Amino acid sequence: MNFPDDLQYTREHEWCRVKGGRAVVGITDHAQDALGDVVYLELPKVGDVLKKGETFGVVESTKAVSDLFAPVSGKVVEVNDPLVDAPETVNEDPYEEGWMIQVEMSDPKELKELLDPAAYRKFLEEEAE
Amino acid sequence: MAQRTPLYDVHVKAGARIVEFAGWEMPVQYTGILDEHEAVRRRAGLFDVSHMGEVVFRGPKALESLQRLFTNDLSKCADGQAMYGCLCRDTGGIVDDVVVYRRSATDLLVCVNAANRQKDFDWLHGHAAGADVQNESDAWAQLALQGPAAAAVVQKLTAVRLTSVGTYRFTTGEVAGVPCIVARTGYTGEDGFELFCPPGRAPALWGSLLEAGAAERVVPAGLGARDSLRLEMAYRLYGSDMDDETTPLEAGLGWVVKLDKGGFVGREALARQKEAGVPRKLVGFTLTDPGIPRHGYRVLRDGQPVGLVTSGTRSPSLEIAVGLAYVPAPLAAEGSTFAVEIRGRAAAARVVKTPFYSKPKPASPGAAP
Repeated sequence: MNFPDDLQYTREHEWCRVKGGRAVVGITDHAQDALGDVVYLELPKVGDVLKKGETFGVVESTKAVSDLFAPVSGKVVEVNDPLVDAPETVNEDPYEEGWMIQVEMSDPKELKELLDPAAYRKFLEEEAE
Repeated sequence: MAQRTPLYDVHVKAGARIVEFAGWEMPVQYTGILDEHEAVRRRAGLFDVSHMGEVVFRGPKALESLQRLFTNDLSKCADGQAMYGCLCRDTGGIVDDVVVYRRSATDLLVCVNAANRQKDFDWLHGHAAGADVQNESDAWAQLALQGPAAAAVVQKLTAVRLTSVGTYRFTTGEVAGVPCIVARTGYTGEDGFELFCPPGRAPALWGSLLEAGAAERVVPAGLGARDSLRLEMAYRLYGSDMDDETTPLEAGLGWVVKLDKGGFVGREALARQKEAGVPRKLVGFTLTDPGIPRHGYRVLRDGQPVGLVTSGTRSPSLEIAVGLAYVPAPLAAEGSTFAVEIRGRAAAARVVKTPFYSKPKPASPGAAP
């Protein structure tokens, strides 16, 4: 399974790519694999204000419903709207085309609480036990 | 501790994702639910349904005795024919929905849902007058090959002439050298076969079917696809769409309740309910707003909860959200509208005809240039 080095991860299986003051957010390869075929997404609107750890949307596969949790706090400045019409992109390319939202971070210090790839892998191993 | 079918190791080796279902560790998917669903609709998929149970009625009173416990009319079921129906309590509540395979008037096999193996056996054994009733669930494995290519694939492996086995008919014979009940039944809406065989021979039969179906690109299929396939057909799932508290009339299974066949357990209650009219009915609906309905979501009318969704998914074949729900009888007519509460939001829904999915009509020969 693939966990790119330039990303940071949450224990709820979101990833976060920092670009200046912005964080691009999606779900991890592990999350898309565990969900199975993604068939439906609910994403926030531009301008919505997110608080770290709170739900910002929903991802549904054929069998399962899963909440999306904000890895950082801030205002939503961009939403990958085409994804809603092509949710399978989340399975096919979770880290690039499958990004979900961009957040203007209100407290970049929160990034320190996220996991690096090694720590996320370790967390997955512990979770599997 | 969950039980395993004789094919458990085969599933794990094939890379299946295993989940617990009705007390069984079962494959939910191999490559993906959508892939497997499509394979069954277009080619064929192979399912392990060994978790299903088998209860056998034998003896001179076997037919008479099962007839008193079954809502459909077994006098209309020929030897070598299968019949779907319900087992009901005195109240009319459904103990289980089952398929009866009538081998003869003195030998009938009842195929029951996995979760109800013990419950059904206890019920049938406790209420069968004069018949020898055996729980043979552990003596049978069951493989289901379903899809338009199923017959051609099975035919490669058997001397049984499958063209002579019609829908909901069965016979016995060897498939790939394994003695089987070869039944043209299933739970997908496609043509196909359910093969009942000795558990020890199931892995060999499984391998032979996949090998014989390689050219047709037959794939193993899991419970996930089984569920989306059955729901596209609006086939009910016991435990989700009905239980001991719902009657066949409420569940839309009135077509398997034969009130005029003579006495059977539940008949009086069902006759009374039919006379009075059912208070609620299981209907098929589609969402006209975004979202996916799920088991347990509430049905709203004018903002008030009036019913419950019992099954729902995004139909892989139709690419729309479909579901089954209990609604008050006045809302059950085709075209009626209500809302489904999805995470606090009211998503508009409309009652539609079922099955949701029907096979595309083949082009008539000679019609095209």
